[in-house]
Amino acid sequence: MQSKVKVLVLRSPGTNCDAETALAFQQAGATTEFVHINRLLESPQLIDEYQIMCFPGGFSYGDDIGAGRILASQVGHFLFQTVSSFRDAGKLVLGICNGFQVLIKTGLLVPPDESGFPVTLTWNDSGRYTCRWVTLRSANNNCVFLRDIDLLYLPVAHAEGRFVTRDEKALARLIDGKCVALRYVNPDGSNGTVPFPANPNGSDNNIAGICDSTGHVFGLMPHPERHMHPTQHPRWTREGLAETADGFKLFQNAVAHFA
Amino acid sequence: MGQTATDSSSQITRNNTLSPVWMVEITPAAGCIDRLANEIAADAAELQLAEMLNIQTARGFLLQGDFVCEQVVAIAKKLFAEPVVESIRVYLVSDGADNTAGFMPSDEPATVHVFPKPGVTDSQAGTALRELRALGYAIEGLRTCRKYFIQGLADKALRQLATRLLSNDAIEQVVYGRLHIQTLQHQGTSQFQLVRIPLRSAENSELERISREGGLSLTLIEMQTIRDHFVELKRDPTDIELETVAQTWSEHCSHKTLAGRIAYRDEQGVRIFDNMLRETIFAATQTIRTELGDDDWCVSVFRDNAGIVDFDGDNCLTFKVETHNRPSAIEPYGGANTGIGGVIRDTLGTGLGARPICNTDVFCFAEPTSSMESLPPGVLHPRRIMKSVVAGVRDYGNRMGIPTVNGAVYFDSRYVGNPLVFCGSVGLLPRQYAFKQPQAGDYIVTIGGRTGRDGIHGATFSSAELTEHSEVTSGGAVQIGNAITEKMVLDVLLQARDRGLFTAVTDCGAGGFSSAVGEMGETIGAVVWLDRAPLKYDGLSYTEVWISEAQERMVFAVPHDKWDEFNALCESESVEATIIGQFEATGHLHLMFNDETVGTVAMSFLHDGRPKVVRNAVWNAGPLSTSKPDTTNVKKIDLNKSLQRILSSGNVASKHWIIRQYDHEVLAGSVIKPLVGVLNDGPSDAAVIRPVLTSNRGAAISCGMNPYFGDIDPWHMATSSIDEAVRNCVAVGANPSRIAILDNFCWGYTDRPETLGSLVRAALACQELAIQLKTPFISGKDSLNNEFSYTDDAGNRQTISIPSTLLISALGQVDDITKCVTMDLKSAGNSLFLVGLTHNELGGSHFHLVNSLAGGEVPKVDGPLASRTFYQMHRAINLRLVRACHDLSEGGLATAVAEMAFAGGFGAEIDLAKVVVVGQSNDRTPEQLRHIRLFSESNTRFICEVTPENRAAFVECLEGISIAEIGKVTNNEVFRCFDSSGDAIKATNAELKHAWQSPLDWT
Repeated sequence: MQSKVKVLVLRSPGTNCDAETALAFQQAGATTEFVHINRLLESPQLIDEYQIMCFPGGFSYGDDIGAGRILASQVGHFLFQTVSSFRDAGKLVLGICNGFQVLIKTGLLVPPDESGFPVTLTWNDSGRYTCRWVTLRSANNNCVFLRDIDLLYLPVAHAEGRFVTRDEKALARLIDGKCVALRYVNPDGSNGTVPFPANPNGSDNNIAGICDSTGHVFGLMPHPERHMHPTQHPRWTREGLAETADGFKLFQNAVAHFA
Repeated sequence: MGQTATDSSSQITRNNTLSPVWMVEITPAAGCIDRLANEIAADAAELQLAEMLNIQTARGFLLQGDFVCEQVVAIAKKLFAEPVVESIRVYLVSDGADNTAGFMPSDEPATVHVFPKPGVTDSQAGTALRELRALGYAIEGLRTCRKYFIQGLADKALRQLATRLLSNDAIEQVVYGRLHIQTLQHQGTSQFQLVRIPLRSAENSELERISREGGLSLTLIEMQTIRDHFVELKRDPTDIELETVAQTWSEHCSHKTLAGRIAYRDEQGVRIFDNMLRETIFAATQTIRTELGDDDWCVSVFRDNAGIVDFDGDNCLTFKVETHNRPSAIEPYGGANTGIGGVIRDTLGTGLGARPICNTDVFCFAEPTSSMESLPPGVLHPRRIMKSVVAGVRDYGNRMGIPTVNGAVYFDSRYVGNPLVFCGSVGLLPRQYAFKQPQAGDYIVTIGGRTGRDGIHGATFSSAELTEHSEVTSGGAVQIGNAITEKMVLDVLLQARDRGLFTAVTDCGAGGFSSAVGEMGETIGAVVWLDRAPLKYDGLSYTEVWISEAQERMVFAVPHDKWDEFNALCESESVEATIIGQFEATGHLHLMFNDETVGTVAMSFLHDGRPKVVRNAVWNAGPLSTSKPDTTNVKKIDLNKSLQRILSSGNVASKHWIIRQYDHEVLAGSVIKPLVGVLNDGPSDAAVIRPVLTSNRGAAISCGMNPYFGDIDPWHMATSSIDEAVRNCVAVGANPSRIAILDNFCWGYTDRPETLGSLVRAALACQELAIQLKTPFISGKDSLNNEFSYTDDAGNRQTISIPSTLLISALGQVDDITKCVTMDLKSAGNSLFLVGLTHNELGGSHFHLVNSLAGGEVPKVDGPLASRTFYQMHRAINLRLVRACHDLSEGGLATAVAEMAFAGGFGAEIDLAKVVVVGQSNDRTPEQLRHIRLFSESNTRFICEVTPENRAAFVECLEGISIAEIGKVTNNEVFRCFDSSGDAIKATNAELKHAWQSPLDWT
């Protein structure tokens, strides 16, 4: 049976997690289509056919100048209204890794205030690209994607994933506004002090994912699409094959939102 | 500090009508850490360039356009800087500027600017320029730079720091002090002029001069052959004709040495090869395919850009490993960058285009702890080479979105002037796209990157010897890649393939268009309109266009009726496609520029005209291969220390610093990762991925390399390397009846008969063992003449040859990935079995290395026994009888079990008396017996962890193979090996893990 939920998986030069992200949505019951940013810039109304828009991971435009910067400039300059209306229509937007960087740098997730953008994603504390698995805890807010999810075990793979807020006030505003959706925690699930490598990049307040005030726009640095099959778990040969993989529920939540 | 800024390359024209040039300088904001500065300070101390360096860094963007300061600040905020963490300064650097409009840097501290040289890829500048124009800014030019502010360093020390650490002269230029730039446009024009080379009248010395001065790397006899050919044609060649021949005949493109005639002499007499590779390595594959008959699973071997084998009936796997040694010696970042970019293009250019699914990389460096004084002149410090090479692979592979899943690093001081960089790429190719055939009449179409002067003479340069002056003379052969251009090519290539829009494709590698068109049109003929090739900048001559090795270009054969659709597809994703010629059934390569013929070469002369030179090769058993082990002082050896030092040796030590910088999860197919175990940090034997995400069929990737054994006997180095690569694959669960292997020979100067002889001996060994193991070679690549020459302090000419280095890469297949095993111990109480025979084989071992011992027998391979062992081991794994499996390699039994223990977080107790040593003799002391049992590096051995329930079944499964239950997994995190005289080794996991993890745990 063909699902009614249609997902737009955005491609741009340098997008490279598009195929597995589309597959994750398909496995969760959606139909997916790849749309190149050039098509969307030509015909923004294309977006109306879809219920979910996804900015997948990768290195859009090579991350030249800064991660997600150029794609954010294009979306921010030419498509801001389009994506805002999409969200206002009760539809969902997901940004993974580079997609999260794009959403942050367009202001779609955390709008600018009188002093500009209050948050950004910048270089890891280590100064290097890092690929490793992390434990995450959902903040139990109204994020649609994280409904009924407590802990997640997912890989991160990025150089510029340190979430930084301009000051304490900006951070407090995010927390109070229930915008902090996902945090790095220690392997045993405990929070509080979460040192490297549990917090792999030095993010403020251990923040790994953010949603907007509606809970419909969500961005995260870790890759849920890379934990859809039990053999992707780094220790499946020790701990046995799990029945489901952690990333699955996140995509299922998104699709179920339209059921 | 000089105040006059010179920007020698961008030709400064004094013209008052030019728009102003602005500098946007971005520094970490107050309170934010300057990470780059910290890293440089640490490196400067490490390289003994400066202690406690006081340095600050900035990213710089130079913009030319009719802007006022506020506009530039707005642009900077919009695109360049992250105001949450960064500060911006904007000021003018062009003439007559009102500097009060912006910030003006003071003269102190000393300022160092580093710019990419003109023509060197600056992807940031290109991307920023395009985006600013898209946003509507009338911007005329843009360049990027890095800025460094340094305090308290004398002028000489400053310049040394700038040239040795902050910049690389091969691709970058340094400007000290204040910048003064009038314009960012550079002007270059060239007048068309047809050049003929008076070859017909040339005597030998003149022929040699022409080859040398033209950078052609052609030998005298080759030059004579070319001369005679043109004498027959009754005309002199044009420069482009001579270049075309030089490119095609280059070692890099034609493998003229190994695929040529060789007279080989060893203890069995003389053997004449007409084509050495064909009669050894290829012949092994032919034998295996014939034996397999209808079960032959090879699809295309040694003919396309990569070898192709069947995977699941519908799909094939492709595999190719390339070397990129010479460029990496001079500019390690760019060399490694374009090395991985190049081998990915090999995958894209295999059949009608395979989809890359994973990368591998193997490096050989001198020890990163080498002191600056110990280095010969003209070489970069090995630590800097290593950091830059890793960064180069990382930045390209990660951007391409291809997981880098397997690799190795070897250290030996002889790699000091010639580091080796092996880059591999595995592809997935639907069966129906496995073959290509361009047709006469098809357009020749180039897509992707534009052509520039970069990489001119890369093919001929990579065939020449390196000297301390190479950095100066070979700059043109060094390039920087732009991964996103290649990713865009990949994206459209696969769509065009699936829509049937072309008949053939190949990559532009060494030799550029010359090689790509020459190879594709070999059996047809082609006309090429060189003036139509899209250029990065004006001023290239027709010959430069033809041989440029600019990156990220692919060449297609596109039928006329498909061109519109092909072009539209490319345009829709902003990829440039250009018709540059047409295949024509003339049998000739016809080169044109502006409607004028600049060259005509017969394909037959190009591909078959090379003179058949007979090279001499000789193998004499060296002194090392017969020497008795040096047994003086053996009693004094501390075994615990030996184990720790082996674990800490560069070859064995954890490579997590490298592995974690690579994305090994992208494409979501990872099954067995490079790091495994309870804390995800133990050393996996091989990587396993799922190429098709809807299937449980897997591909296993591993490698084997033993340069130390080659110092004793290249035969046993070759067989040991094959055995290691195959057993690594088998250890994770690959089916030994479906393992394909690749060879990469990196050798010294093969015009020396002894050097060539050692290579032939290795090739003969490869042939014999491949047939015995039924592991076909499917592709390979060699790199010869890896020697570095320099003049020492006493004025004597010195040459350093690399150790003969054979890399064997293996591509295995796993029928059901849920049966895969990892090497970490799983639970206390399980039995540990040693599978395979232990011989007294400590020659070339790491035990000898860390204890500075010489001599000893080199490990050998019993082919038929190895084959049986692999099949029976696989049966046991396939029946899920094995909880953990690790191969025994560098450091032998003790090292393998120690790794299993600390990776799994369990202890292990080994009763050494249970380890049977073949051919025990009475003149062996108990101490020597311990050394052999603990550290012998005998091949075809595994340690298996087996549960009590599966013990009997496991033993039955391995009937006929020598196995021994040598110990148990314990709960105490202590690794202990004992015999009747007590504990030989006793150490905690924590100590051992620290020894293994700390040496390369770089920050």
